[in-house]
Amino acid sequence: MNIYDKYETVIGLEVHIQLLTNSKAYSSDSAEYGALPNTHVSVITLGHPGTLPKANKKVIEYAVRLGLALNCTITRENMYARKNYFYADLPKGYQITQDKTPICRGGHITIKDKDGNERVIHLTRIHMEEDAGKSIHDQDPFDTLIDLNRAGVALLEIVSEPELKNADEAYSYLSEVRKLVRHLDICDGNMEEGSLRCDANVSVMLKGSKTFGRRVEVKNMNSIRNVKLAIEHEIKRHIDLIEAGGTVDQDTRSFDASKGTTFSLRSKEMANDYRYFPEPDLPPVIVSVDYIEKIRSTMPALPDELFNKYKKELHLSDYDASFLTESKTIASYFEDLIQKTSNYKAAANWMMGTVKNYLNENAITIDQFPLPAHQLSALIKLVDDGKVSSSVASQTIFPALIKDPGQTPLKIAETLNLIQESNTGALQELIKEALQKYPDKVLEYKNGKTGLIGHFMGEVMKLSKGKADPKVANELMKKELEK
Amino acid sequence: MQKFDTLQETRKGLSDKSISCTSVLRHFLSRIEEQKHLGAFLEVFTDSAIIKAAEVDEKLKTGKAGKLAGLVIALKDNICYKGHKVSASSRILENFVSLYSSTVVERLLAEDAIIIGRCNCDEFAMGSSNENSAFGPVKNPHDIKRVSGGSSGGSTAAVAARLCHAALGTDTGGSIRQPASFCGVVGMKPTYGRVSRYGIVAYASSFDQVGPLTLCVEDAASILEVIGGCDEFDPTVSSKPIPAYSEEIEKAQPPVKIAYIKECIEHEGLDPEIRAFVQNLLKRLEAEGHTVEAIDFPYLDYLVPAYYVLTTAEASSNLARYDGVHFGYRSPKAFDLESTYKKSRSEGFGIEVKRRIMLGTFVLSEGYYDAYYSKGQKVRRLIQEKTGEIFSKYDFIMLPTTPGTAFEFGANSADPIKMYLEDIFTVHANHAGIPAISLPLGKHSNGLPFGVQIMADHFNEASLLRFSKSLLNNA
Repeated sequence: MNIYDKYETVIGLEVHIQLLTNSKAYSSDSAEYGALPNTHVSVITLGHPGTLPKANKKVIEYAVRLGLALNCTITRENMYARKNYFYADLPKGYQITQDKTPICRGGHITIKDKDGNERVIHLTRIHMEEDAGKSIHDQDPFDTLIDLNRAGVALLEIVSEPELKNADEAYSYLSEVRKLVRHLDICDGNMEEGSLRCDANVSVMLKGSKTFGRRVEVKNMNSIRNVKLAIEHEIKRHIDLIEAGGTVDQDTRSFDASKGTTFSLRSKEMANDYRYFPEPDLPPVIVSVDYIEKIRSTMPALPDELFNKYKKELHLSDYDASFLTESKTIASYFEDLIQKTSNYKAAANWMMGTVKNYLNENAITIDQFPLPAHQLSALIKLVDDGKVSSSVASQTIFPALIKDPGQTPLKIAETLNLIQESNTGALQELIKEALQKYPDKVLEYKNGKTGLIGHFMGEVMKLSKGKADPKVANELMKKELEK
Repeated sequence: MQKFDTLQETRKGLSDKSISCTSVLRHFLSRIEEQKHLGAFLEVFTDSAIIKAAEVDEKLKTGKAGKLAGLVIALKDNICYKGHKVSASSRILENFVSLYSSTVVERLLAEDAIIIGRCNCDEFAMGSSNENSAFGPVKNPHDIKRVSGGSSGGSTAAVAARLCHAALGTDTGGSIRQPASFCGVVGMKPTYGRVSRYGIVAYASSFDQVGPLTLCVEDAASILEVIGGCDEFDPTVSSKPIPAYSEEIEKAQPPVKIAYIKECIEHEGLDPEIRAFVQNLLKRLEAEGHTVEAIDFPYLDYLVPAYYVLTTAEASSNLARYDGVHFGYRSPKAFDLESTYKKSRSEGFGIEVKRRIMLGTFVLSEGYYDAYYSKGQKVRRLIQEKTGEIFSKYDFIMLPTTPGTAFEFGANSADPIKMYLEDIFTVHANHAGIPAISLPLGKHSNGLPFGVQIMADHFNEASLLRFSKSLLNNA
């Protein structure tokens, strides 16, 4: 038996999501990313003497939105707390956060394990807090530079129970979180820019053991893939240490993406005592039942709900349903589309095929897609009515429509003379003409060589200049041959 | 010469045009110069005050002047005024210039008050004698061998010595009322949440409150009416509308129900003359038709300990921002981040501030939080409940402001606990968040003044001020 198989892993994730609020959590400074350093810094952000925080109501709204989406219990009386520590990018010397009364408790995220089975990962809590500024260590040879634009930007921290069993599950969990926060429009989910950050708590223990092993916290992973790599590295490091007779130190580590390894930032002994206590400058925020219900009523359908709807009601495949719910913008385009057509399978095929290819080729997202849903549904109708074949629709009409989105698909088909022949009388004539050309082959067909029907159909298509409705022509052809 | 010690008197002079704002200001500027030895002012804002006075004089001519036209007021050195220094009497903020004005300053200026300067105080408002200022003590105008009280010692001495009409102080555990008692002026701490704390250098956020120091109740009412009320920059301020206190105090005084706390009057640390004075006053009030009753207050011994646990906890966090990194003093010996913190803070803060930061850090630390901070909060809650109960039956609680009169410099310096017990009668109002006032009613045989304190229920400043006025007028 492989030594690594003797162990099981316990992982809990702390995910920070930076909220898409216009202003900061406790001041009216802009929260926009990417401005010149230290330009979004009022006296409140700078923590000047005498300044006081003022809670941004949007933060509460977003927290409730996320909490409802994750089936959490929403805390009615929310207290703020101070977390005290010294750091150069923390101007007040404390972070305003929540301690004993996180705005959301409980709840869960459903992930799929590597066999595609659903696993429910429970959440401990979600709380509101403010971001610190940024310490920039690599732009000046001697000094660390501080940018306080980010100081005070609103964050939610989502803390999971230690229920994830391996790096793949962590990957899947994070992907779900990112999908959801984007879907809810509360965070852009960009890990590279740090608007979604993840700390992983990892420990290993012998299978069947009831006591957790020593836990380490790993930070600074700037992609979901790196979270996975860091966890894989830690699991192996822990097991190797234990197998070699050593013990794991309970420390906080940083991931080095270039080496794929982690290094210790600080040991447990050096850990801060944050001296949490209730923030005296902010009165408790009461979240009323009415408020919660108001937010619930404005919630968009969630990716999970849409996934189930697409599978069960629209009978789409897992693959289709998960593509269509991967991003909120795709989902909402598709939702719009299926309001306008009842041919859901065709709608899904268009999205998965022609539309997706177009987006990929042009490196754009669906918001930049030039065709509104009603154009696409009209194109689907054209095919369904037998006026054009689906290949003509996607290969000829679709590109023409993109060039001239003001036109209707029907008009384009007419202009390009692409309306296919499904008039049975006219088709009948063509079929007779085609069969008359090959009397020998007709005989062979009648003697059992039914594969020849393709040959006859080819002739019909040729005679019709490609406009014959293949379905109708095929049926008529069979009837004619059986005469 | 015509008297214009108070805003009341000045208004008369302005209306009959016997004086101008500029002449009043010049008078005070020269008084400040004469009384420099008191150490009341850290800086006189001569230029901005002269400009403002001229501006108000112009406005008076056209009848467009604000409600506080004629008022010359000083600020405690922990109140931010844009473009002016604010140091909290600390080396760590020496020469720090505020980039913005506190809400109270904005409101004073909007009503045409003239801000004459910033007054000395105990460093970060931590102290009861003004001996903790980094820039020297403040002498009591009644006896310069004695302290002015603290922490708003400079503000109080300035008013008592007639260096300005009024001053703003801050009161976290008695820092307005205690020096008011020592210097013989009116000092009021409003209800917590009555006046915005935006722009007040924080000591203990859930206790701090700004209030006026004046020579008469009328001026206190006029100032409170302007500085108080809802503020979008301080979410702890109440949205309750501000009554017109200056009109409220003119109404007739109805009979009231006064409670006095037996344990306070009988307190062994209380000066017998002060005890007798308060007892006589209570008797007189009863004779005048008011109801006067003794009540029990079982938490007297816990007031000061709980106060020092909770306020130091908040202070340890509030003062973390003075770290030498972004503003204020940075030690020239600092060579990296950690030494910047350690050296800047060690050199920048005075001993009492460091003592309180350490105490506060300790009571919040892991393993001690429940034993100290949580207990302190529980005690505070009990005090608040009991106080609410008292005010369901009584209008006021009357007690001495201080156990004694102003003491000599250095008298309490060796023993911080002894100094902390100076606050025994004043911290109650801060724990409970209720308004309280010290009135200069007493005169000790040692020649020094002492105050009588009255506390009222939350947001009952109007009746508190009215009753105070009737007491002072009948003194």
